[in-house]
Amino acid sequence: MSMLSFERKYRVRGGTLLGGDLFDFWVGPFYVGFFGVTTIFFATLGTALIVYGAAIGPTWNLWQINIAPPDLSYGLRFAPLKEGGLWQLITICAVGSFCSWALREVEICRKLGIGYHVPFAFSFAILAYVTLVVFRPLLLGAWGHGFPYGILSHLDWVSNTGYQYLHFHYNPAHMIAVSFFFTTCLALSLHGALILSATNPGKGERMKTPEHENTFFRDTIGYSIGPLGIHRLGLFLALSAVFWSAVCIIISGPFWTRGWPEWWGWWLNLPIW
Amino acid sequence: MNANSRRLGALLVLGVSALVVGCERPPTETVQRGYRGTGMVGVYNPRTVADLQAANKVPDPTPAAESGGPSAGTQFKNVKVLNDLSVAEFTRVMVAITSWVSPKEGCAYCHKGADLADDSMYTKVVARKMLQMTRHINADWKNHVADTGVTCYTCHRGNPVPANVWHDDPGARMAKGFAGGLGDQNMPGTKVGLTAMPNDPFGQYFVKDGPIRVVATGALPAAPGKSIVQTEWTYSLMMHMSESLGVNCTYCHNSRSFAEWNTSSPPRTTAWHGIRMVRDLNVGFLEPLNGVFPKEQLGPKGDVPKVSCATCHQGVYKPLYGASMAKDYPELGGAHAAAK
Repeated sequence: MSMLSFERKYRVRGGTLLGGDLFDFWVGPFYVGFFGVTTIFFATLGTALIVYGAAIGPTWNLWQINIAPPDLSYGLRFAPLKEGGLWQLITICAVGSFCSWALREVEICRKLGIGYHVPFAFSFAILAYVTLVVFRPLLLGAWGHGFPYGILSHLDWVSNTGYQYLHFHYNPAHMIAVSFFFTTCLALSLHGALILSATNPGKGERMKTPEHENTFFRDTIGYSIGPLGIHRLGLFLALSAVFWSAVCIIISGPFWTRGWPEWWGWWLNLPIW
Repeated sequence: MNANSRRLGALLVLGVSALVVGCERPPTETVQRGYRGTGMVGVYNPRTVADLQAANKVPDPTPAAESGGPSAGTQFKNVKVLNDLSVAEFTRVMVAITSWVSPKEGCAYCHKGADLADDSMYTKVVARKMLQMTRHINADWKNHVADTGVTCYTCHRGNPVPANVWHDDPGARMAKGFAGGLGDQNMPGTKVGLTAMPNDPFGQYFVKDGPIRVVATGALPAAPGKSIVQTEWTYSLMMHMSESLGVNCTYCHNSRSFAEWNTSSPPRTTAWHGIRMVRDLNVGFLEPLNGVFPKEQLGPKGDVPKVSCATCHQGVYKPLYGASMAKDYPELGGAHAAAK
């Protein structure tokens, strides 16, 4: 596969975190690296285990395939393969491959000489996943508190886990997370609309510059955050959404056992009323 | 450290401490209620459970009484419900009731002076109705109380009036017309787990036979469905049940479909009968006491005190954690009522 003209500059050895020159090469356009190899190892093994789980399960219907965690009675021990052990192995593979991928991103950043924004952002997604299937089960004392791997089954888990606390919308961290998700969408839609309209001028018109974009928002809402600022804001909003999602589930169970509406008792009991 | 980051730090500390102060601490306990991975799990704070267990200790039963000999109905005057008991059994029940219902007030809470047959105190008339009710529950509501049964203590716990009775709620005093009309909601209600759901769901379901099922039965809205208001009433009822039993929604339901019975857990059947039982008791035993109760026992709208799930359950999934007092008191049991 041929190289793009500017790629030559970045195809340099070194910058690896582990393994030195080992695997420090490219296959076609793809950088391999030590963590590329571990990613492939964990991802392949994990996927194979999922397929095995589907094979010994009752259905091949993609929607209904379900690989469930062990019963709570197993606590934090290993469970037999067909009674949740498979879920435990797949979880190990998933965490292994996600973390490998993040570290591979770090190596690429080092080669490119850029900041770690991409692996930093991706690690928040990993944090959310690990919170659900590792941290919270650890705090609650059983791997069975992880969510099952299946398209519909994990949604059922989300629904029931929400109803464990009667009304999850009263969870304060969930409120913050949802607000950040919506704000992310709002910011992205404003930004996307601005860029699309600036780069698709009408017939006979010229493409607009950032000066024009700034002027548009200064005219409309009195402020423009600017071309660099909008991406910083976007990153902050998106990562905050993920961070507070992790908070909202880690506090449900380990730090609160009743309905979330009741949590607001402290507000009702303030001496100001 | 500049002023901005100090301010940010202070805010962060404030936010985190607000969250922590409002919360509980680990370790917590969990109980699996469904197939693994469904998320049907009960979550409990062991400290709270310990308090509840201490508050739900069953008093030791008194020694059983001889059932032979002449019946109380023939030996005493004006015995209308327990007349099938032997004199010994009858006396035993009277003593037990006193310790369960009016331990401080004693016999004089219902009996006026030395004439035990005298019906002039309203409490005696109410007690008679309650005895009928207890026997009715133990005989005819096995679908709900099974063989565990109930006694006066299940609700009273040493209080002349059970702690968890309810009256019709007149609602908050609001402006009328265009400015008012909250529909009894959007205010945190203690009966509905501090949610903003309609605050008083009891009359709808525990007196009237209000429709509880609000889930659509088809994928498309082919016919007019249940209203939002009706749905919120149902949720209010469910919040009350959940709070009364100290359980979450997944104790009875798999929330992937609240309506479907074949994915719900068995307690939902018991609860279904329970709703009917409460309605039966309110309509058949409490409301007929209208006119017997003095004014101070009536609600703000002048209605008699009535029962809900909380009256017996008192925050526990089975009243008194499933301990059967009724087996030690066959006098209150269904066998006697059925024999009549």
